[in-house]
Amino acid sequence: MSTPEIDVRYVAQLARLALTEEETARYQTQLGQILEYVAALQEVDVEGVEPTAHPGGLQNVLREDEVAESFTATQALANAPRAANGLFMVPKVIE
Amino acid sequence: MSPAELPFLGIAELRAGFRRGDFTPLDALNALLARIDRVDREIHAYLSFDAAAARKAAQAADLALPLGGVPIGLKDVISAAGQPCGCASRILSGYVAPYDATAVARLRAAGAIPFGRLNMDEFAMGSSTENSSRGPTRNPWDPTRVPGGSSGGSAAAVAAHTAFASLGSDTGGSVRQPAALCGCVGFKPSYGRVSRYGLVAYGSSLDQIGPVTKSVADAAALLQAMAGADPHDSSTLPAPVPDYLGALASARDLRGVRLGLPKEYFVAGIAPAVEQAVRRAVGHCEQLGAEIVEVSLPHTPQALAVYYIIATAEASANLARFDGVRYGRRTEKPDGLRDQYERSRAEGFGPEVKRRIILGSYVLSSGYYDAYYLRAQKVRTLLRRDFAAAFEKVDAIVCPTTPDVAFRLGEKSDDPLAMYLSDVFSVAANLTGGCGLSVPCGFDETTAPGRALPIGLQFLAPALAEERLLRIGHVYEQATSWHLRRALP
Repeated sequence: MSTPEIDVRYVAQLARLALTEEETARYQTQLGQILEYVAALQEVDVEGVEPTAHPGGLQNVLREDEVAESFTATQALANAPRAANGLFMVPKVIE
Repeated sequence: MSPAELPFLGIAELRAGFRRGDFTPLDALNALLARIDRVDREIHAYLSFDAAAARKAAQAADLALPLGGVPIGLKDVISAAGQPCGCASRILSGYVAPYDATAVARLRAAGAIPFGRLNMDEFAMGSSTENSSRGPTRNPWDPTRVPGGSSGGSAAAVAAHTAFASLGSDTGGSVRQPAALCGCVGFKPSYGRVSRYGLVAYGSSLDQIGPVTKSVADAAALLQAMAGADPHDSSTLPAPVPDYLGALASARDLRGVRLGLPKEYFVAGIAPAVEQAVRRAVGHCEQLGAEIVEVSLPHTPQALAVYYIIATAEASANLARFDGVRYGRRTEKPDGLRDQYERSRAEGFGPEVKRRIILGSYVLSSGYYDAYYLRAQKVRTLLRRDFAAAFEKVDAIVCPTTPDVAFRLGEKSDDPLAMYLSDVFSVAANLTGGCGLSVPCGFDETTAPGRALPIGLQFLAPALAEERLLRIGHVYEQATSWHLRRALP
């Protein structure tokens, strides 16, 4: 597989990142080089190999569903950029 | 002992001095504060600290506890209730942690005083600490050079003796690599040995909190306090925590220990001074009784590519939470919610973080997921098999921690790929879930005239073999004097 060109502008939209023209151009070049480097993986034979999602080996870690202490609303709101009446304030979502 | 000498002590010596009544925890803390005042202006390991709160804790210290009265520095990515936890990022400037990370809560329970916020690459993304929004940290051995990263502040503070010990986080080598470049001990526990609760997430299948210390014994003491299952982190391993410090007491030589030398780690690209020091150290291990066996880890050339796909994919998902709504910086006068997301993130994240979010979003995006992310996860399996096969033949692997000594500030800032290559020997431990230890094994006296630069020796062992790894590292360290050299008077 040849290295596909990365569409930085489109991917930045997916990631909700506003980029300047200058940033877009720079990342286009740099990420192209990085993708060329990681293309080495295309040469590895992975036929029939299971993927590793995490190395811990634990599966289905369960616990009792019990009521426990957690944050108060005041603690949860303590770092909010804008809060009022015990709520996070955001710009209007529905017109 | 004069107050000016106190900051040079390790944890064990501090504790002995407290118990004998030679000096108090407050004396030690005050000596440390005086030294920070004297040397940290140039080194810039600390982002902030609360001297008054620490003095209060030192006065109330319970010396019967295993770490009673010992101040421990924290990388700015680890939460301590009431302290800033900004991850050296503009997006989290002003953020104050509302709770203790489990590792921090356990250190407090063991009597330690979590003290000071240490500089780092923004969100632990980098290998030089130059990606900090608060300015770089300098290497105490040569201030024109980087301390490594991303836990550069944690390593520089220990090397400058402005911290008795510190915590860092290691996602692809971020504890071991700066420890090597600063001449300290850096330890990455197995995945799941120390809780990640309260550690701001970068790559969730790779991240581990680990100690940076002046000796292997001090690393064992911190691990002892932190390790073990935690209901707040379901990836923590339920295995009982052994007596790490006790295991060191009986370790005298390396007889009966088989050490594997991976042939793929000694290839072009490794600095001659590093290769020379590591080969000499391996010879030293042999003299101490170890049997040296050549092993092969065939997927080594692909490990770094696997790492940068998986780590950035996980990072792009983890950093989606910084949206300017619940915490962190919000842009001024946004034009709707989407504009608020896009501009808060654009203004809040630095260049390397943006680069990794874009790469990670790309390898997870529709049409590229199978070719990049899924394939990287499969090669990760092959890498794990390489290590499993090697560990059937040997007890631990010995290799360099980094391919080169500390580089100059700015030297690699414009070349992300060159920067990534400094993690080439350290990422495998994170990808496979094993543990890794870096100990000082020599100096490069040639690169910078009059300024010797430290070299790190790395030992790798399978998951949950911390005890074995610490014993091996301790025996080697105690037979050498590299760890005793001082970077600064």
